[in-house]
Amino acid sequence: MADGLTPSQTIGPFYWGTLVSSYRADLAPLGVAGERIELALTLRDAEGAIISDGLLEIWQANSHGRYNHPEDRRNLPLDAGFEGFGRASTDATGTARFATVRPGPVPWPHGGMQGGGLQAPHINVSVFARGVLNRLATRLYFDGDPALAGDPVLKLVDPARRGTLLAKRDAEGVWCLPIHIGGAHETVFFDG
Amino acid sequence: MAQDLYRRPAPGQHPPHRVDAYKSTPGRSPRKPAVALPQTLSEITGPRLLGERLVVHGRVLDEDGKPVPKALVEIWQCNAAGRYHHPGDQHDAPLDPNFYGGGRARADDEGAYQFVTIKPGAYPWKNHHNAWRPAHIHFSLFGPAFATRLITQMYFPNDPLLAFDPIYNSVPEGARSRLQASFDLEATRPEWALAYRFDIVLRGRNAIPMEDEHG
Repeated sequence: MADGLTPSQTIGPFYWGTLVSSYRADLAPLGVAGERIELALTLRDAEGAIISDGLLEIWQANSHGRYNHPEDRRNLPLDAGFEGFGRASTDATGTARFATVRPGPVPWPHGGMQGGGLQAPHINVSVFARGVLNRLATRLYFDGDPALAGDPVLKLVDPARRGTLLAKRDAEGVWCLPIHIGGAHETVFFDG
Repeated sequence: MAQDLYRRPAPGQHPPHRVDAYKSTPGRSPRKPAVALPQTLSEITGPRLLGERLVVHGRVLDEDGKPVPKALVEIWQCNAAGRYHHPGDQHDAPLDPNFYGGGRARADDEGAYQFVTIKPGAYPWKNHHNAWRPAHIHFSLFGPAFATRLITQMYFPNDPLLAFDPIYNSVPEGARSRLQASFDLEATRPEWALAYRFDIVLRGRNAIPMEDEHG
């Protein structure tokens, strides 16, 4: 024991009561600064079929681009009540919904504002499901954001696949992102 | 008459059956007083948690053996009969009404955590003919960062089902045994519970200077 990393295992289908029932998918109580947004992330398998027993987690900076974490030591405001973490399971349509605020830009690769420049605003996403042995990490970017063109992480991605990371607004204004685990439209996952 | 084992509530503690302001109660309240009954074996017995009581404990560490203080540890598992308290679990085994199967705890400053639970049962699944999951407890850990997030499963040592489980055996052979808890005689509680130890190792940090030290 304890002679190396503990290996990952699948979340299985029966996590709901422990992992989800007491978590909110609404990250931003009233009074938190920033543009209010809603997210709908839809999970599909390699055949394009809905995954209705998945778990999605998001982690993001606040509207000022500040992460609520001791590693973010920049002099930017923290918002009371905004942690930046959310958890939701996918429903019968494969969709997990979150309500939050649009994040601000954060530095690249890490550390201070100087040096590496800024990343386009994005939300970090973890994907878990029955049949997924290791956490899958991806990102949600906002379609139409002028900062996308200069984003250093998107530049690491094959241009033909960058679209898999772009959420688009639907008629109701909800930012929608399909996440495909395999298949012709496979989402870009990151090993960070 | 022998004295009752359980104290009887003094008057004025529970509501009466009928409270007219609550309009469902007049039609749903007995009118005659309940018959006083001395407590017999039928009253002083009742359903209990089924199965073998366990202490599961360990430490959350990083790859350098440093504790992850205050780590959030979440677990979930099936009951002793191999059934999850979840509508999706239709395995023909009894639900234990007293066992929900979920727990959440914060590790202490040394990364130590502990749960008291029931040994989960093995259960069949439809992955292949005669497939049975070895007894396991699901664990969820965050560690300090997005990059250290881990969901895994803890197994019991020397379980004969491990050899046939494709989920356990998905882990490279050299690392598999890290998912087995170890029997911990020291931590057992005589006359009450067996104990297993399961240490969890999350990604450690590289020894690199942060670039904003001067910023």
